[in-house]
Amino acid sequence: MTENFNEMYQGGKVREPYRRLEDWTNAMPTELRAMKQAEAEALFRRIGITFAVYGEGGDPDRLIPFDMFPRVFTQDEWRKLERGIKQRARALNAFLLDVYGRAEIVRAGKIPGRLVFQNEAFERAVTGFTPPRGIYSHIVGIDIVRTGPDEFFVLEDNCRTPSGVSYMLENREIMMRMFPQLFRENRIEPVDGYPDALRRTLASVAPAKCDREPNIGILTPGHYNSAYYEHSFLADLMGVELVEGQDLFVEGGFCWMRTTEGPKKLDVIYRRIDDAFLDPLCFRPDSMLGIPGLMDVYRSGGVSICSAPGAGVADDKAVYTFVPEMVRFYLGEEPLLNNVPTWQCAKPDDYKYVLENMAELVVKEVHGSGGYGMLVGPKSTTEQIEAFRKKVEAHPENYIAQPTLALSATPTFVQEGIAPRHVDLRPYCLVGEKIELVPGGLTRVALKEGSLVVNSSQGGGVKDTWVLAE
Amino acid sequence: MILTVNHVTTYEYDAPMRGAVQSLRLFPARFDGQRTIRWDVEVLGGTRGGSFRDGAGDKVEGWSIRGPVSEVTISVVGQVDTTDTAGVLRGHRETVSPLAYMRETTATWQSAEIRDLAHQAVEGASDTLDRAHRLSNAVAEAIAYRPGVTHAHTTAAEALAQGEGVCQDHAHALIACARALGLPARYVSGYLFAREDGEAHEAAHAWAEIWIESIGWIGFDPANQCCPDARFIRLGSGLDAREAAPIKGVAQGEGAERLEVTVALEQVQQ
Amino acid sequence: MLSRTAENLFWIARYIERAETMARLLEVGARIALMPSAGHGYRSEWESILQASGTAEGFSAKYGDPVQRNIESYLFFDRDNPSSVVSCLERARENARIVRTALTSQVWDALNSAFQEMRRLERMPRSELEVTELTEWVNRQAALVRGAMDATLLRNDGYSFLNLGFALERADNTARLIDVKYFVLLPSVDFVGSGLDNYQWQTLLRALSAHRAFHWAYGGDITAAKIAHFLILNPQSPRSLITAVTMAMDHLDALARGYDKSGPAQMRARALVGEISETRVEEIFDEGLHEFLTRFIRDVSELTEMVQAAYLSGEAR
Repeated sequence: MTENFNEMYQGGKVREPYRRLEDWTNAMPTELRAMKQAEAEALFRRIGITFAVYGEGGDPDRLIPFDMFPRVFTQDEWRKLERGIKQRARALNAFLLDVYGRAEIVRAGKIPGRLVFQNEAFERAVTGFTPPRGIYSHIVGIDIVRTGPDEFFVLEDNCRTPSGVSYMLENREIMMRMFPQLFRENRIEPVDGYPDALRRTLASVAPAKCDREPNIGILTPGHYNSAYYEHSFLADLMGVELVEGQDLFVEGGFCWMRTTEGPKKLDVIYRRIDDAFLDPLCFRPDSMLGIPGLMDVYRSGGVSICSAPGAGVADDKAVYTFVPEMVRFYLGEEPLLNNVPTWQCAKPDDYKYVLENMAELVVKEVHGSGGYGMLVGPKSTTEQIEAFRKKVEAHPENYIAQPTLALSATPTFVQEGIAPRHVDLRPYCLVGEKIELVPGGLTRVALKEGSLVVNSSQGGGVKDTWVLAE
Repeated sequence: MILTVNHVTTYEYDAPMRGAVQSLRLFPARFDGQRTIRWDVEVLGGTRGGSFRDGAGDKVEGWSIRGPVSEVTISVVGQVDTTDTAGVLRGHRETVSPLAYMRETTATWQSAEIRDLAHQAVEGASDTLDRAHRLSNAVAEAIAYRPGVTHAHTTAAEALAQGEGVCQDHAHALIACARALGLPARYVSGYLFAREDGEAHEAAHAWAEIWIESIGWIGFDPANQCCPDARFIRLGSGLDAREAAPIKGVAQGEGAERLEVTVALEQVQQ
Repeated sequence: MLSRTAENLFWIARYIERAETMARLLEVGARIALMPSAGHGYRSEWESILQASGTAEGFSAKYGDPVQRNIESYLFFDRDNPSSVVSCLERARENARIVRTALTSQVWDALNSAFQEMRRLERMPRSELEVTELTEWVNRQAALVRGAMDATLLRNDGYSFLNLGFALERADNTARLIDVKYFVLLPSVDFVGSGLDNYQWQTLLRALSAHRAFHWAYGGDITAAKIAHFLILNPQSPRSLITAVTMAMDHLDALARGYDKSGPAQMRARALVGEISETRVEEIFDEGLHEFLTRFIRDVSELTEMVQAAYLSGEAR
């Protein structure tokens, strides 16, 4: 494996964007750091930002570890990323509009029809209906890793309901409260415009039948959901309703909220529940979370659902390989952000290669998420690799593999002081009347030394992400 | 053939429900084989919701009924002019790719027996169309028509093991067999006019459609060992009976439900 | 506002009120246990407390005989007891978590801190916890929550639903407290006015944190009539039935103004207040205190159902 790129130090020198942070850490005594860390945790706890990990025993109300050392991008770096992210978000939406329509990309032979139409995430039920503005994925979360000064790769796309944006906002809030001086010294682009931008995005895709300021609601599975805090936080910041399935019903081709003053029309639903649970009449009949009849209202244009049901077909790990192709096909442009080279075990040649090189590769389940169902070859024992090999052999079509990337590292506060830890980045691109991206995102950090897994459920933490103004 | 349809479905609840919602796929398909003269769908005491035509060409309409309600009646009255297209679904406007009909469902799960049946049936077949016909015949032979031995949730594999079933089981088995051979297949619900001189049939009927690349969707009715003709009225389709159900509904409440259905088809003499 | 949100607010208040009632009952019990006359009276006192808290059945199923230590655990810490202080605070906090967006951060802070501190108390050895301290702790937390509500909440419909919760729960709890004291402890009316009776009435006043206020308001000897007047008919008494139903009426009227729509709940509340305002103590005793209270509890419960149907059920059209 090659030397990992350190975002702060290069050749023994501090890179420009981190220059002031060096002074900051040098000037911070250890006791103060510990105090600030405790203060940050108390703030998170008091605000109520916790996430739930189920099935592991212990307190399900856990704090996501917060690392106070910010991750920094220059304006130049960010501009490049921004263009690439927006391009990708446009292509993904164009793909969705296409495959739920005439599927020209399949007819053109650019992607196998099997991958699209036989995909679990392809919803036959929404074919023949075009959502407002032809947009399916209104919030695109694109996971990006860095391997060098100018080398960025997209790890995966999240077209359904990417979570974590509340951490982006709260991490900044807490940093500003604790270290106002830092923000005076460094000119950092604000991220607090996100809730407003999200609200505008959602409002811009209200159904045509809605002839007034649309009523917007966030549909949550309920307060036991691990991301409930984020749902209520966003609802609050946007000034929209936070609804559960039981709060809604359909009548006369519209969706209504049960309020203390009687039924009130709901025009746009930002849903944070999966397709399968939206409507027991259309999808899983045993869903207790959904609203019976909602899909009929949606498909007849009475309510907008964001992301659109069926959007998941674009972020499938097998479809991922074809995103650069989508960019060329729909936009006639060259992709600005690269994919990680990917082997598909469904292809015989790739399959052979993967089996032979498992110890060097990251092997992932196509439908897995959250870092589960995944093998990091170089970090695994022979037994683990063999066990995983059996899984792949049983269902090759369910697996893809990627090279182990030399993920960049940023300085992170650890027990012994400051040490580099691997990071990724999830920016949140909004697609509505306009395509918007707030300068920042969620930086996830693998807190375990040498670990490449940044997921919060597996020992990952978060950092504030800075984009320096010019 | 001009057929008059009178189809009444009644759900009775032993305790009043707080309300009910329904999604109806109860409208004749638009294709060369049938022309709708008139068609009225009404849920008594209900509120009509939105309607649309989906990518498979089916018209769907939502309804809601405010509670308390102890009985929901759905009435269909209409007249359709049908012609025999030898089972071919010609002139049917749909956008969804046939590949979307390769997915397995619980009801159409491919057991080893289903696969065996499918592979044996098509040995020596000349082309895809021939294979489809052979599959249909094989299913008709393997599952004898016998009402009352299977139920709404019986799977294709179960019906095959049992060797008996009704049109729903025939359709499921044929779909499973076709998909096992890589042929897209789907479930179709509709009506069948049983002539006075023929055997008695249930007027509410179901069959399967198989995608033949060179022709398009073609209907096969193993229960009657034929392809749909002028006696058939096609409503909607889906991956299996649950998806293609003409009436889907939920009622909110604790009461038990009792279902009563009457379907009357008559030929208008010309 | 969403009906479910209104319902959550309503229940936050009810649980807070209920937690306070539980803590007060516990305090009374513990106080009586310190009296030299413990023995038969002591035991029936604990029983009456379980009666008043509506937890007698649950307790005897779990523990059998009323033993002070068990009762303390059951009323304060036991999660199997849906009315225990811990259960109530936990549910108040959970309801608050669900409707965070309808609360100010001050109110959330007050509720959440109470909850966090409660978890700390739970981990402490019981032998280090005095009932009096626990009770005072609950009263203090409840006061902090109410204070945060009064000081920071917008006077909108949500505020009314909270206060309806307080008012209706208080009306019910006070009526039950009086009823248990009167009915359970006095098998025969001959005892009315006896020394024992006075002592029981004293503890009743104490349970309502009203023994000082009572003396200020009435002075002289404690009589059943004075106490009944104080706890039922006196609009100055913060926990009297008339104060509670008037508060409910006021907030229902505020809702009717805000929504520009009045309904059966408003009419019923007005009728209830009107009736109580015109009632004299003698009439209550003529009717029979128990009968009067039973009727009142039923009236309040019907009013609660009307509030539920009109605003909280989500079935309103």
